[in-house]
Amino acid sequence: MNVQLDLGAVLAEWPLLVKGIFLTTFMIVVSGLLGIVLGCVLAWMNTQSRKFQMVIASVYIEVIRNTPFIVQLFFIFFGLPSLGVKLSPLAASMLAMTINLSAYSAEILRAGIESIPKGQLQAAKSLALQPLQTYTNIVLPQAFKNTWPALVSQIVIVMLGSSVCAQISTEELSYAANLIQSRNFRAFEAFFVATLAYLGLSLILRTFLDKAIARLIFKSTHG
Amino acid sequence: MINSIKKTLLLTCALILLGSTQVVHAQNALENIQKSKLIKIAIPTDFPPYGFVGPDLQPRGLDIDTANLIASKLNVKVELIPVTSANRIPYLQTKKADLVIATLGKNPEREKVIDFASAYSPFYQAVFAPKGMTVKSFADLSGKTVAVTRGAMEDQELTKVAPANVEIRRFEDNNATVAAFVSGQTQMIATGASVAANVIQQNPQIGAEYKLLLKDSPNFIGVAKGEDALRLKVDEIISAAKKSGDLEKLSQKWLGRSMGNLPE
Repeated sequence: MNVQLDLGAVLAEWPLLVKGIFLTTFMIVVSGLLGIVLGCVLAWMNTQSRKFQMVIASVYIEVIRNTPFIVQLFFIFFGLPSLGVKLSPLAASMLAMTINLSAYSAEILRAGIESIPKGQLQAAKSLALQPLQTYTNIVLPQAFKNTWPALVSQIVIVMLGSSVCAQISTEELSYAANLIQSRNFRAFEAFFVATLAYLGLSLILRTFLDKAIARLIFKSTHG
Repeated sequence: MINSIKKTLLLTCALILLGSTQVVHAQNALENIQKSKLIKIAIPTDFPPYGFVGPDLQPRGLDIDTANLIASKLNVKVELIPVTSANRIPYLQTKKADLVIATLGKNPEREKVIDFASAYSPFYQAVFAPKGMTVKSFADLSGKTVAVTRGAMEDQELTKVAPANVEIRRFEDNNATVAAFVSGQTQMIATGASVAANVIQQNPQIGAEYKLLLKDSPNFIGVAKGEDALRLKVDEIISAAKKSGDLEKLSQKWLGRSMGNLPE
């Protein structure tokens, strides 16, 4: 068997690759934002003394963290239609990613929340701050700051995990690589290009979140 | 950061160099099979009645019977390797399988990368949709969603003939494609006749029926490029099995119809 590298055959399909990269980026931007916001809400519910909220939040977090992403995705895409909920592949992918990220980020944020000295909470209480005010103004900013590197890692993991969404025909980057591979049988080159693209996306996303976003959201707390 | 990018680039160059080195293997698959008394044959497990998992969790079907027939004529043991539509050709290219007997149709793109022995069973692909939907020509597909298995023959055919505004949703294997159609995620399905027969039979509530023919394409046995000795041996076995009626029996058993006139 002669093996010869032919990157040209793969790069000739560049519109597919560009579309794939664009969709992967779009998916992580949307589900990254929504996932973190939902994670904050879940983390809040999880710290409540009221049993009901806490039980809901912890059941949700445990169910999502202890089941595979692909099963969650299949449940949403193939399972929900029998309950009358039909989502497009893209919407189903973003929903699954958001749900997945929210559970993990809630758990990461919990660590940040628990690291805050009890004295601060007592001080907030003595200043007559409502529990929600205390959470959004005092607890959450510090929790974010303390756990930001872990959250960034989780967002990158979810982005890489979005490659699984090709399974429900979402036309993201892995889908593009697979499609090209099945058209010209250049598996090595197709996945090689996809690997480089994912590597680039991860590095950019990580740098962006570590530098730009960190500066933006921590500005007020640094003073 | 810059340093790590430099390292990545260096690694990339190294990999490209590695990839462009020509690797030459002797064409001796047949010899190896006879020496090790074992033939590795890629078969489907998601494609009834050609290949599926039986109640005993063992693969069975027309392709599996054909694989066993060839192994017994070669007087060697057979190792069945389950593959999907998308990965059966890579299995052959990387020598993880000696033969592919997995409802493999012949087309020029595939002939560039692998060789084909004789045809062993009949097959056709078509578009199927619920009875209420009017589909008389490919133009009627416009604006509709169609599920198809990526890399399969029907994917290539449909991509060629469908109008630009048909939403073709591609799935990894036949099970996912069927699940998408049955759950209503797509309006139509493009697939092989045998898969469609199963879908129609198991989901009468959908009322799916045959709409448009994509391609009449008998199944061929795939052999790695240049393995002529093995290919000729397989041709010989298939030709003998056609004469003796063994193949006709398999076609009757699994498809319920005659295999008709198959090309060599």
